[in-house]
Parts: sequence; C-alpha cells; structure tokens
Amino acid sequence: MTAIDPTAHLTAEQIEELGRELDAIRDEVIAGRGEKDAAYIRKVIGAQRKLELASRAVLLFSMFPPAWVIGTAGLSVAKIMDNMEIGHNILHGQWDWMRDPKIHSTTWEWDHVSPADQWKHSHNELHHTYTNVVGKDNDLGYGIMRVDEDQKWHPFHLGQPLWNFINACFFEYGIAAYDLELGKNLHKRRRKNPEFRARAKAVGRKIRKQVLKDYVIHPLLSGPSFLPTLAATFTANLVRNVWSHSVIMCGHFPEGVQVFERRSIRGETRGQWYLRQMMGSANISGSKAMHFMTGNLSHQIEHHLFPDLPSNRYAEVAVKVRALFEKYELEYVTGPLPKQVFSAWRKVFRLSLPNKKEPVVKTPEREKELVAA
Amino acid sequence: MTSTALRSRAWKLLEMVTTPLLPSDYLDLVSPLRAGADLRGRIEAVHPETGDAATIVIRPGRGWRGHTAGQYVRIGVDVDGVRLWRAYSLTSPTDRPDGRVTITVKAIPDGKVSNHLVRRARPGTLIQLDQATGDFVLPRAKPAKVLYLTAGSGITPVMGMLRDTEFDDVVMVHCAPRPQDVIFRGELHDLVADGKLRLTEVHTDTDGVLDIARLDALVPDWAERETWACGPAGLLDAAEKHWSDHGVPERLHTERFRPTIVAAGDGGGEVTFSTTGTTVDADGATPLLDVGEAAGVLMPSGCRMGICFGCVSPLKAGAVRDLRTGEITEAEPGVLIQTCVSAAAGPCDIER
Ligand code: FES
Repeated sequence: MTAIDPTAHLTAEQIEELGRELDAIRDEVIAGRGEKDAAYIRKVIGAQRKLELASRAVLLFSMFPPAWVIGTAGLSVAKIMDNMEIGHNILHGQWDWMRDPKIHSTTWEWDHVSPADQWKHSHNELHHTYTNVVGKDNDLGYGIMRVDEDQKWHPFHLGQPLWNFINACFFEYGIAAYDLELGKNLHKRRRKNPEFRARAKAVGRKIRKQVLKDYVIHPLLSGPSFLPTLAATFTANLVRNVWSHSVIMCGHFPEGVQVFERRSIRGETRGQWYLRQMMGSANISGSKAMHFMTGNLSHQIEHHLFPDLPSNRYAEVAVKVRALFEKYELEYVTGPLPKQVFSAWRKVFRLSLPNKKEPVVKTPEREKELVAA
Repeated sequence: MTSTALRSRAWKLLEMVTTPLLPSDYLDLVSPLRAGADLRGRIEAVHPETGDAATIVIRPGRGWRGHTAGQYVRIGVDVDGVRLWRAYSLTSPTDRPDGRVTITVKAIPDGKVSNHLVRRARPGTLIQLDQATGDFVLPRAKPAKVLYLTAGSGITPVMGMLRDTEFDDVVMVHCAPRPQDVIFRGELHDLVADGKLRLTEVHTDTDGVLDIARLDALVPDWAERETWACGPAGLLDAAEKHWSDHGVPERLHTERFRPTIVAAGDGGGEVTFSTTGTTVDADGATPLLDVGEAAGVLMPSGCRMGICFGCVSPLKAGAVRDLRTGEITEAEPGVLIQTCVSAAAGPCDIER
C-alpha cells in the first residue's frame, strides 16, 4: 500500500511467467526429495531429544553454577530447535511425504503452549494464505500493533514498543492468545460460543501440562536444586521466546516489506499470489548455524513461496529465487539479524506515533476498507 | 494397588516429565526393539537366492507373537525416504532357535519395495512390522496327501510350510521361466534326493505357461490331494475353475498377492466417501474437496490452494492425481492426501 508500487513495471504476462518459473523450482525440489532429506530430519529430531535429555539431566545439579549455565544453555537451544527447525516445519506438512506417522503434520505436538492444531489454523491457513493483507492477516502486528503507515493511528499505539517487548518475553502465550483470537472473542457474546470454549479449554490443558513439566516436575526431580532448576527453565523459555519473536519480526516487519489491501487480492492469479509472497517477506542473511537456529525462517521469502518444501532445501532454492528477483527487477529484502531486528523495531517505534504526512493516494472505497481493517 | 496399576501410574508420571513427547519417543532412541514399543524389526542379513530374489533375515522386536507356516507379514520400509508397506510370506520355520524370521522377496519390474529389498537393503536397517497373519496355512490334522501348485514367488509361503512340516506324501508342481529362476532350487532338490518331496518343474520359457489340464498327466491323483496353490491370478483362476469343475473345490486353498490392481487413469472416476457412505462420479480435474462438498460431505479445509495441510484425508483405495504436479498417489495404509489439490485418477475411496 506504499505510494509507489514496486511491482508496477511488470506486465500481467510477466507475472504469470514468474509464477511458472517458481512452479518449476518447486517441482524440481519435490522430484528430488529422498533418503537424504529423511535422514536429515530424523537426525535433527534425534539430536534435539538427546540435547534436551542431557540438559535436563545436568540441571538436576543446577545448584552448582557451571551446571546451571550449561544446562540452561542446552535447554534453550533444545527448545529453539523444537519450535523452529522441527515443530514449525513439520506442522507445515514439510515432512508429510515421508509417510512416517511419527513425523507428520497431523500427529506432531510441540513444546509450546499453543496446541499444534490451533496454530496450524491461524498460521498455515490464515497467515500463509493472506500474507500481509491488512485486515485478513492477523500476523501483521498481531492485532495489537500498527506496522504500516496506512493503518489508522490510535492513542493505544503509543504503547506499542512496550506491548512488543512484553510479547517478545512471553511470545508463546502471545501466540496462544492470538490463535484463540482472544481480542475478538472476549466480547461477552462470543465468550459463550461453544467452539471458542472448546479451543480455550484445549489451550488451558496444554498450558497446564507445559507449566507443570517446566516449573513443577523437573524442579521437584532436582530436589535440593529445585529453585535453580526453576530459574533455569524460566530462562530457557525466555530465551526461546525472545529468539523466536525476533526471528519472526524479521520475516515481515523490516523496512522494504510491502503490505497489501484487501481488494488487491480479489481474483488473484497464481503468479500474483507468488508476487505478493515475494514482496511481503524478508530474509535474514548469515551462517549455516544461523539458518538452522531460525528453523530456516531466515529464508522467509522462500518459505512463503513454498511453505511445504522441506526446510533443509530452502538454502539451495534461495539461490534460484534470488536470481528471479534480479531478473524481474524486484527488491530482495535481506540483511544480517541485528540489522533486520533493528529495522523492525524502528518501525514499531515510528508507527507508534501518528504519520507525519497523510498518505498520498486516497479513494473513498479504500478509506472504508482501512477502517474496517 | 496391583503392580499393573502401579506401573500405569508410574507411566502417567513419566508422561508428565516428557510432555509433549511420550516416554517411548525417548526410549526408541536407545531400544527400538524393546517390549512395548511399536513393533519393528531389524534387517540382519540379505542372502541372494536367484538373480532377482533374496531372502531377508529379520530380527523382530520383543512384541513379535510368532507365526504359523504359510502366513505373511506386512512390513513398512523406507524407500527414498518414503515409508511404503508391503506384504511378504514368511519363509522361515516357526521354531528357528535364534528367533529370527525370514521373508523371501522377488524383485518385480518397477516394484519399488521389492527392488529396494533385493538390491539395496543393508543389514542394520530398521523396518516396521505388523504381526503375522493370513489363513493360507495347514489344518491341525496333517493331510495324508498334499499337492503344492506354485509359480514364481508363489513358492514362498509353501517353502515356509515345507521347512516346518514333514509329510508322508507330498507333490509339488512349480512354474518359473528358467531353471535358474527357481527360488530355493538347491533346497528343493535336496528334499527330492532325500525322498521327502516329488517335484515337477515347469519352465515356462521353454514349456509355455502351465495348462491346468496337464495336471492329470503330471499328478494323476491330484483330486484326492489337499492342495495349496499360490501364484499369479491367471494360474489361480484356472485352478479354482478346474477344482470346482471336478467337484472338489474344498480341497483347494489359494493365496493371492496383489488382490486389487489400481486402475489409474486421466478421466476421473467414481469417488466414494466411505465414512458418510456417499458415492459420486468425479472428473479428473475437479479437486476432491469440491467433489465432496458438492455431494454434501463435511470436508475439512483451509486455504484451498495446497499450502496449509488443513484438508488432508485418508485415501483408502484407488488413486488420485496431484493437480499441481500430475503425480499419482495410490492408496496404501496411512496415506493421506490434500483433497484441495487432488483429483480422482480412477475410482477411489476417501475416508470422510
Ligand atoms: S485446504 Fe489448505 S492444503 Fe488443502
């Protein structure tokens, strides 16, 4: 919705051609999926389990500071692996093709307070289908923030740097609330809706289990190390939350990412859908370890184009995707993590204040939509 | 408190420790064959039998309940990263001292699993197992006179029986293209030499396909014998007709491998939604999600464009085509398809 459309130079035929070229990239990876990929995800899952087990074992002795540090670091990494490279990607169906019922989007459950099936609905379905469409994609500011100039300013937004910080610390709870669409559903009438109540109950159950495990059972098992273990698990959850929040902010918030209006996706073709994903996402550059720890969401652009391709293939896909960006003269938004995080935060701060200037283009119909959004 | 109750309490507690995973997810890391685990097996050796057949020695997990000679087992093998399930007859005797079992696999042209097992399977590989099953077995009372009528890999369940039970009077008619294609040929000839078996080999490359009428000449007393037949459908159809034409159908026991052949085509087909009992005709271009909804079946869905996996449903029978890639998926246990981007490729059954 920026005043200058960065895709204006493309003709309709070019956009469809772009779509076909992207389809070809996808088909090639699908045809080449095999034993190596399966071995990869099994290895990652095995490593995560061993790391978590070892870290928890070390934390049994967390009254000794070195044990606390090692155990907490290990557990933080294990939790990040569980949520990012493993959970997020399995729940996208990236590994369903293996037909292994234990590594499947329909059976997987993750170390997170949002039950997998609810998250799949809000994330896979709403966010990935309506990427960056104001009023349709709730990921745009999670319904509590203003992340685009064209969103209406409200004094409530003054506090958004604070909301964003709190959300980062308790991100998994934020996600659970967001999957429940709490904001919308807390209205008196909606609260009684049986479907909402069932989902809220499921979240409650999941929270209970997670909290019991992290803050009661494992500390109790540590006996005299009860309190240090409690502090360690809290820290690991905090680290995981802040980390995933940062990675996810980098996916759609940095400067240069485009936001779309509702009517722009009416009758969208495959090529236009692809183009919207390309313009609505941003990458993080960095080392292999970096890509791994972000669950390959550092390849957010590739992930949004092909959400169901195995994550270990995004790096090779990225080379081809980037070439297409160049060919069609589009901006490939990417940068190192600190730069992207900074850029996203700056936007959060900037948009907590009203716009300096009114947006240039304005039509009555568009006004209405923005208000509705 | 009884010990089982105590154990289930302890297990519940352990589940709280490992949530959201299960204790077994961790135990599987160290001991996948333990009692109580999902049934699995480990391939310990692969012995070539002929140019295109091999015997696979499997150490089953502790939950294995044993088998009866003539039964088969379903195994799940990862081929190119994809888990595929097939059934194979057990060829080992039921009382093997080391507790191992064997299957003998013949590589069929384009057979993904059979070629993988015969040519690429390596000792140490874990496979998934079901318990042995099937009623192609001997009766409790040993029959006085037995006839085995087999062709190709149809010999495998019979070999399981021969290794298990000694008969007083047993005849075998076995068909294979050439002598070197006869699986277990050495062992069969040893039995013949010991006087424990009368064997007629039919080499179809030179003799042509066995004409069932020739049985009168090969085994004149065939009608008096309890007969077990296993082989391609053509042979079994002919045998069934022959036995009932002569009024002795109860003497014949048959085993069919591949009971249904999936007919995958371009033109769509009859789609059954088996849970709701709805059947409709579908063309080859309409997503099954739309087909189901148009027929009033409540179908799960989400993005309707193949990205959210909110519509996956079990494919119980038949074949579907992925509308994006043209790829055909055939029904197998555990196969789920995205109904929003799949169309009928021939008759199929969706569990909805
Ligand atoms: S409805 Fe989203 S993948 Fe089928």
